[in-house]
Parts: sequence; structure tokens; C-alpha cells
Amino acid sequence: MTYAHGKHAAPTTFLSKYVFSYDHKVIGKQFLWYGIFFLGVGGMMALLIRWTLAFPGEAFPVLGNLLFPHTNGIVPPDTYSMLFTLHGTIMIFFAITPILIGAFGNYCIPLMIGARDMAFPLFNMLSFHIAVISGALLLGSLFTPMGGAAGGWTSYPTLSTLVGSPGAGQTLWCLSIFVLGVSSTMGAVNYITTVICFRAPGMGYFDMPLTIWGLWLTAILNAIFLPVLGAGVILLTFDRVFGTTFFLAGAAATSGSGDPILFQHVFWIFGHPEVYILILPAWGMVSDFLSFFARKPAFGAKATALSMTTITILSTLVYGHHMFTTQMSPLLTQTFMTLTMTISIPSAILFANWLGTLYKGSIRFDSPMLFSMGVVFVFGLGGLTGLYLGTVSTDLYLHDTYFVVGHFHYTMAASVLLGGYAGTYFWFPKMFGRMMDETLAKIHFWITMIGLNGVFMGMMVVGFAGMHRRLYNPFVYEFLEKLIPINKFITYSALLMGVGQLPFVWNFVYSLYKGKKAPANPWEVGTLEWTIPSPPIHYNFEEIPTVRCGPHEFGNPKLTNGRDFQYQTEELVE
Amino acid sequence: MASGYKLLDPNHIDPQFGKASPGKIAMWIFLVTDAMSFSGFLIAYAILRSSKQWPVPAEHLGIALSGFATFLLVCSSVSMVLSIDACRLKKRQSMLNWLLVTIIGGVIFLGIQVYEYQHLVHIGISLSEFAQGNNLFASTFFMVTGFHGLHVLTGVIYLICEYKNAFEGKYDNGDYRNLEVLGLFWHFVDLVWILVFTFIYLL
Repeated sequence: MTYAHGKHAAPTTFLSKYVFSYDHKVIGKQFLWYGIFFLGVGGMMALLIRWTLAFPGEAFPVLGNLLFPHTNGIVPPDTYSMLFTLHGTIMIFFAITPILIGAFGNYCIPLMIGARDMAFPLFNMLSFHIAVISGALLLGSLFTPMGGAAGGWTSYPTLSTLVGSPGAGQTLWCLSIFVLGVSSTMGAVNYITTVICFRAPGMGYFDMPLTIWGLWLTAILNAIFLPVLGAGVILLTFDRVFGTTFFLAGAAATSGSGDPILFQHVFWIFGHPEVYILILPAWGMVSDFLSFFARKPAFGAKATALSMTTITILSTLVYGHHMFTTQMSPLLTQTFMTLTMTISIPSAILFANWLGTLYKGSIRFDSPMLFSMGVVFVFGLGGLTGLYLGTVSTDLYLHDTYFVVGHFHYTMAASVLLGGYAGTYFWFPKMFGRMMDETLAKIHFWITMIGLNGVFMGMMVVGFAGMHRRLYNPFVYEFLEKLIPINKFITYSALLMGVGQLPFVWNFVYSLYKGKKAPANPWEVGTLEWTIPSPPIHYNFEEIPTVRCGPHEFGNPKLTNGRDFQYQTEELVE
Repeated sequence: MASGYKLLDPNHIDPQFGKASPGKIAMWIFLVTDAMSFSGFLIAYAILRSSKQWPVPAEHLGIALSGFATFLLVCSSVSMVLSIDACRLKKRQSMLNWLLVTIIGGVIFLGIQVYEYQHLVHIGISLSEFAQGNNLFASTFFMVTGFHGLHVLTGVIYLICEYKNAFEGKYDNGDYRNLEVLGLFWHFVDLVWILVFTFIYLL
């Protein structure tokens, strides 16, 4: 086995440098491109969905006739189901996971803990290539005779059985998720081992930047719970292909009868931790960035790390709150409700620590900071609206309405998206050695912020008014007809948000080639990745650094060297 | 084989103790991961079994043969340990022999499983059919034991690869770390089988 301390030679050919690279920095960038590509695909699907909800029965402008020639550009009902299914799947598994975990995890973990590479570079490379296979399976499913999966991203039976979705699309969806699970677990085992074994000398667990804490806890959850989903989708595949009846019941089952609810259990045992898998890296980054740009030590950094750990543990015990409407016994619903509510305690500690970090800081409003403060805002809203869904009595009314959609988009889409952008703006100089344009970044931030609040706030309002999710045309119901104007507002906000990503794309591509050359430490931050040139050399560190202080040493009045921060390699000034 | 190895003598403390290699740590983490995938199947099995009419497994599955297979798998775990110990004591031939015994144990286990599957299909118990009752009984049986069989197969291939390494003399210097990591996997497969055997055949 090749460990990171045994050097492999610098690559020379194009293939070994950019495709079959063992280098964690290159693999991180591969994941970044992969994620950004799928973010675009998933975003386009979101616009198609929004168009259908605001203008039912009208042709989608410009692209409509190209995509749906048989219906004169109108999104057909079966395609609509496919769109929301694949929008969810793509955004969660193929956009957020690769960007937040694949890209930042791979890029930042070795650099921030002072290692030369991941523990198992070969597995690292394979995990990307397997992820590509998984993406190909999912995109390929679009071109099967009956189209891609259309049973919702949760793929509940009986919607996802042969009765509900007879096409090959759902089978390919299952395989794609299984293959992606293999890739993610490979990455997770690698991350956990790297953090345990390859921290630079002197770096205790609480000297790690909080970004690393977030990524590490994410990897632990991934390693533990993805296999459960893997088992679930394998059983589902067997139901579809080999005639078993694990999830089939009633008329759907020709012989014997299984239990459709069983899939929901298996799915949510994984699914609830997945929510935290997605948000923990963003939390970690935001906890760091708030301190970096407020020029203050992170308030209660140890408590932040410990509350993230507590949330990680609690997140494994609460999955039942997704299933309150499945005739669960009241004893169980009450238990799951109580456990769910206890998550508020560590979340509140985390949130208070963020505010404590900002309080009386000398805040620099650079783009990573703007996005981080955006995360604080939208996560606050998303977290608070979660309380209504974790409580049985209110959930019975709100379940499967657009309120749920608004809630999880605030926590998973808005927070994670803004966190991902914060990370991209922050580490772009280190990744590519060039600066991104600040003005464009700020324009990007404000349009995105206004757009996403319009979209997700609007979703919560229509959901509270009783509009169900996943309806092709909700306005066939008389009591929902009055919601057309607000649905139009949501769609206009979504279009605005979509347009708002153009400055980012332009900024990203332009800065790659023509951006200002980045200095080694543009943000004046003391963590280990900023002690080396931008972009880092092959093998990162000439010499493995020795860590002598924590990651958030800012604004110490005893500092005499003209800086307001200390590098982690420097002895703490006292 | 236990000669000259006193646990409490400070001069004889294993130099590798407390310094787990990244490979070993990764294997432990992977085993947790893999245990969770087994629990996914076993949870499904438990929920289905508890909510349905379920036949008594012993009446339909042969306990004697699978009991023998269980015994065989446990023995192959012992031979795995003996091989690691022989490696540590730099007894090359003994290490290779015990490793070969382990491989043979795994192969015979797989052979018994194939025979058992064939026999069951012959008497009308297949992945999607069970003539005498709920076909979920047959489906869960084949899923869980099949998933375990895949692990045994992986383990045997892994064993053969390490046998090749050992044969080429890579472990003649007494460095047993790679064999130990292999051993972790093999013991895990063994341990899981004991659980599977209990839940699927005996209970």
C-alpha cells in the first residue's frame, strides 16, 4: 500500500496529471468541476419545475420546443415527475456531495492538517472515477425508453417498484446510488484515516481548523450510514429485476407480500444523517470564516467542535420524524419528537458561538465573509422552521407540503450552496494561484441572497397555505387557485437566482486565466495551507510543519510583528 | 509458537503496539462500514420476519451441513491467527502452510454454499419462490447468505494475493502488519457468519 509519507514522482503526461492523478489537490479540483457541472444540470431542472408551477400548460421559453417537441414545448406530466426526482437526486448526491465533501474535503484536509497527501492516494483517485461512473449511469437513465427515475428522490415503494415505474430508469437510479455509495465510503474511510494518522506534529484534535472537524464528522457519518442505503437500494433492485417482494404488498405483489414502509425505515436511517452529512462541512467552514474575517478568535471553538460532534451523534437517533404519517405508534412518535427537539440544544450553542465570534469583531466584508454571514442568516431560518416539522402535531398538517420543501431548501440548499460559494471564493486563490474579482463576487452574493430568499420563503408560504409538493398542476384544486400569483413570484425569484449565477461562472472562468496573481496568503489567515505558496507545490510541504498554536489566533494585542494574526507554526505570543 | 513472548516483560513489548498503521485503522473503519451494510439487510430481515407468517427455518434449511460449514469457518480463523504468529516468529514455512489451510477452509465453505444453494433450488426454494409459504423467507435467506458469500469470496481472493506476497518472501522479515490487516477482515467475515447463522438458520 502507498501511504502519503512515501513520495510518488511528480506526474509528467497530461493523462497522469489531470485524469489518473494521485494528487489530492487535482482530485479535489476534479470533484469541483464535476459538482459544478451537475449543479448546472440540477439548476436547469429546477427552472423547468418552477416554470411548470407558475405557468401550467404554457410552453417553456426558448428551450421548450427543443426538449419537448411532442407537446409543443410544454413540460409533460411524466417528465415533470422525472424532473423533480432527478433535481433532488442530482443536487444532493451529484452537486453538494462532490463540491462540499469531494472537492473541499480532498483539497483542504491534507493542506490544513499539514500532510503531503491523503492516506490512500490510489483509493482517492478511484473514488473519483467511480463517482464518474455513477454520474454516467444517472445521466444515461434519461435516455432509456421510458426516461429516468420518477418516484421522487426518496424513491418510496410502491412508486419505485415495477408497478409505479416500469422503465429501466429507476433501476439505473438504484445502481447509480449504489455505485456512488461505494465511491463515497471509499472517500470517507480515506478522510477519517488521514485525519487520525497524518496530522502535523503538535496538532491535537482541538488544534484542527473547524473546517476539518466538519469534514471529519461528515466522513464518519458517511462511512456509517451510506452502507444502509446501499443495502436498501440493492433490495429494491432485486425487487425490480429478480422478482423478489421485499417492498411489494397488496395487488403489487404476485406472490408473498413484503412491506413498503420497510424501505422508508432503511432510507431514513441513512437519510437523516445525510442531512447532516451535507451541512456539517458548511458549518465547519463558516465557523472558521467568521473568525478569520472578524479578525477574532472563534468564540468557544472547542464548544463548537463538541456541539458538532453531539449533533452528529444525535442525528443518528431521530430519523423517525420523517415518518410521522406512516401510522407509527404514538410511543415512537413522541420518542422521536423528543430526540429531535434535543438537537436544538447543540444547534443553539453552535449558533450562539457564531454570533459570539462576530460580536465586536473588526469585520472585513470580503466575499467569503458575506457568504458565511448569509449562511448564518438562512440557516437560522431553516433551523427554526424545522421545529414545526419535528413536532408531531404540526407535522401532520405540514407533511408533504411545500413548507417541507422550503424548509429543507433553506437548510440543505441555501445554507450549503452559500457555504460552498464561501469556500470556493476563499480557497480559489490557493487552488489556482489567482484571485477572483471581488466586485462580481459581491454582485453574485446579493442577487443569490435575494433570489433564494424569494424562492424558499415563498415555498414556505404556499406550503402553509396547503399546497402539496410533487403535484403537476396544483391549481386544478379550487382552494389553491389563489396561489398562482405567489407561485409566479417564486418562479421570478428562481429566474433571478439563476441569472445571478452567471457573474459567478464568468468570474470563475475569467479568473482562472486572467485573474490577478494571488499572494501566498491573500486573506491574512494563519492556518497551514496559507504558509505555502499559491498554488502549492507538488507534495505541498517542503518540510512537514510543526504546529505550535491554534487556527484562530487573531487580534492578540501582544503581537509585535505588524500582523494581527499568527501562523499555526508560530509559538503563541503571551 | 508462543515461545519466548512474555507479555509483562517491558523488554519484550511488541514494538508495533500502540502505533497502528494507516492500513489497519482504515480496515477497522471499513469493517464498521461493512457491518452497517450487513445491518441494513438484517434490519430488513428482522422487520419482515416479525410482521409476517414465518416458517421455522430449521425445517427447510439443512442445519447439519451449514453447522459443519460454520465450524470450518471458525477453524480457518484459528489458522489465520497461527499464520500471523508464525510470521512474527519468522517461521516462513509454517506461515505459508497455515495461510494455505485458511484459503482451503474458505474455498470449502464456498463450495458447501454452492452445493446448498443448488439443493435448495432443487427442492423449490429460490430467490423469488418458496413453495411452502411466504417467499420472503427464501428471498431474505438468499440475500443475506449471498451477501456474506460475496464477502467470503473477496476474503479468499485477498488471502490468495497475500499468499503470493508471502510466498515471494515479503514477510520473511517478521513484518506481519499486512497479514494482520487481512486477518481483521477474515475474522470479521467469520464473526458475521456466526450472527447470520444464528439469525437465519437457528432462531
